[in-house]
Amino acid sequence: MSAVATQTPQPPLRVTQARVALSEWTKLWSLRSTRWSLFVTLLLTIGLPLLVATILSSHWGQMSPGEQASHHPLEVALVGVAIGELAIGVLGVLVISGEYSTGMIRATMTAVPKRLPVLWAKAGVFGAVTFALTLPAVLIAFFASQAILARHDILQISLSSPGATRVVIGGALYLTVTGVFALALGAIVRNTAGGIASFVGILFVIPPLMNVLPASWNNAISPYLPINAGTEIFTLNPGSGNLSTWAGFGLYCGYTAALLAVAAVLIARRDT
Amino acid sequence: MIEARNLSKSYGDKTAVSDLSFTIRPGIVTGFLGPNGSGKSTTMRLILGLDRPSSGSVTVNGKPYREHTAPLAEVGALLEARSVHTGRSAYNHLLALAQTHGIPRRRVEELIDMVGLREVAKKRAGQFSLGMGQRLGIASALLGDPRTLLLDEPVNGLDPEGIHWIRNLLKSLAADGRTVFVSSHLMSEMALTADHLIIIGRGRLIADLSVDDFVRQASGNLVRVRSPQATQLRDVLIAPLVTVTALEDGMLEVGGMTASQIGEAAAANSIVLHELTPLQASLEDAFMDLTRDEVEYHATTGTTTT
Repeated sequence: MSAVATQTPQPPLRVTQARVALSEWTKLWSLRSTRWSLFVTLLLTIGLPLLVATILSSHWGQMSPGEQASHHPLEVALVGVAIGELAIGVLGVLVISGEYSTGMIRATMTAVPKRLPVLWAKAGVFGAVTFALTLPAVLIAFFASQAILARHDILQISLSSPGATRVVIGGALYLTVTGVFALALGAIVRNTAGGIASFVGILFVIPPLMNVLPASWNNAISPYLPINAGTEIFTLNPGSGNLSTWAGFGLYCGYTAALLAVAAVLIARRDT
Repeated sequence: MIEARNLSKSYGDKTAVSDLSFTIRPGIVTGFLGPNGSGKSTTMRLILGLDRPSSGSVTVNGKPYREHTAPLAEVGALLEARSVHTGRSAYNHLLALAQTHGIPRRRVEELIDMVGLREVAKKRAGQFSLGMGQRLGIASALLGDPRTLLLDEPVNGLDPEGIHWIRNLLKSLAADGRTVFVSSHLMSEMALTADHLIIIGRGRLIADLSVDDFVRQASGNLVRVRSPQATQLRDVLIAPLVTVTALEDGMLEVGGMTASQIGEAAAANSIVLHELTPLQASLEDAFMDLTRDEVEYHATTGTTTT
């Protein structure tokens, strides 16, 4: 066994944010859980609208004009987002909690002892990957569901009609921010089960609980809940009492940024 | 070079490391010895900045570990606890760590061959045996060709061939002029590889000395003497700074005198000797003696009634 020194001279070594991001890219794609979660997200985002469009199309003749009018083509195109967000959220938690549960975090923080570049790289890489995959997914879902509904004139809509492009792209934006939201929760909780529970709790369990409050309270609070604020970005016309498109989505991004800030403070201060 | 100054760490009200000061010099292998739970792993985590000291400080090559721009080129660490994602292959694990520093892929390839993981490099690390896991850990420690190596129980789980490999590796690393700091709870292992020893118990420094000094102290100067006139011999030998312990069957254990001094004293008093043997205490015994009061969890013999 020869000595340890490199046979090959090495370039100057140095930790940079870009290099940490490359490392996180490698980490993300080298796990099966990532590939599966992303596959399931895409399957739901594309598959569900196709299924719904097919069912609608075949039952169209049996529907009353009132019922026909209650269906909107953009809702059909984005019906998968509401379920795809679960898969993205679970993956977001896992991206960081998986390191804590396996002990990988010690290797990571030893390589990058300043620590925060790891959080920024994870959030940046995961957000970019999610957007890059879900944007084509929502576009495919839109055009494919439109093709299936081609026989029904009132279910036809073009991307150039007011708000349509924003709604379709908004589906991908919502999934992206949701993934980062979950990642920040995972970084705070440091535990897979706890991270997923808090993600599901905040996004899906709290909103229906609001119904037990007096209506005036419910109406005052509900628009500001993360899921209600966030989904405005892929809703064509905000309902009365809800936040406007950009106020809502801006607030959702604000929640996510706040969670990331808490995660950053904790990661920098806690023992690993 | 690793320098700890009054390093202390408590978790809640439990003190893991207490007022530890030491300097680990380059060019030699320094063994870090202590019973289980004595604070070795905590000290290593403090050196790497994974945990923050409650008080005191520790620097590596002149700076706190966190402040180095290329930490993996300063310190390579093998921690006792597994630090690998079980779902990732050995190759991708090393590659991801290498990429944080801009270490080229060919260095990853080189190390996979060096530690002998070529055949399993694409397998998920969760399927690795303890020994393979240790080899992967050694490879990650060497990625940045570091000036300082920090290895927590590196021979754990290795087969004899692997243990031999580690010993030679440590020695060659030190011979290159690197700082090598290796923890173990086995004195016998350290006697074979280390040049210098830092011994701790319950988080406190017990000894900081060369292996040669330790061996010299450990041997003490106990001499076993057997004589049909044991009682008489004891009266002759007894003196300040000399201890005489009577064992069975005319056997004495004498401390504080050399074998020749005892022989001469016996001859001068016409006492017959049947045996005169200087005793070599085993290193393991000496280590146990040194840390006896500092062991956190004693095994108790006998049965417990409930």
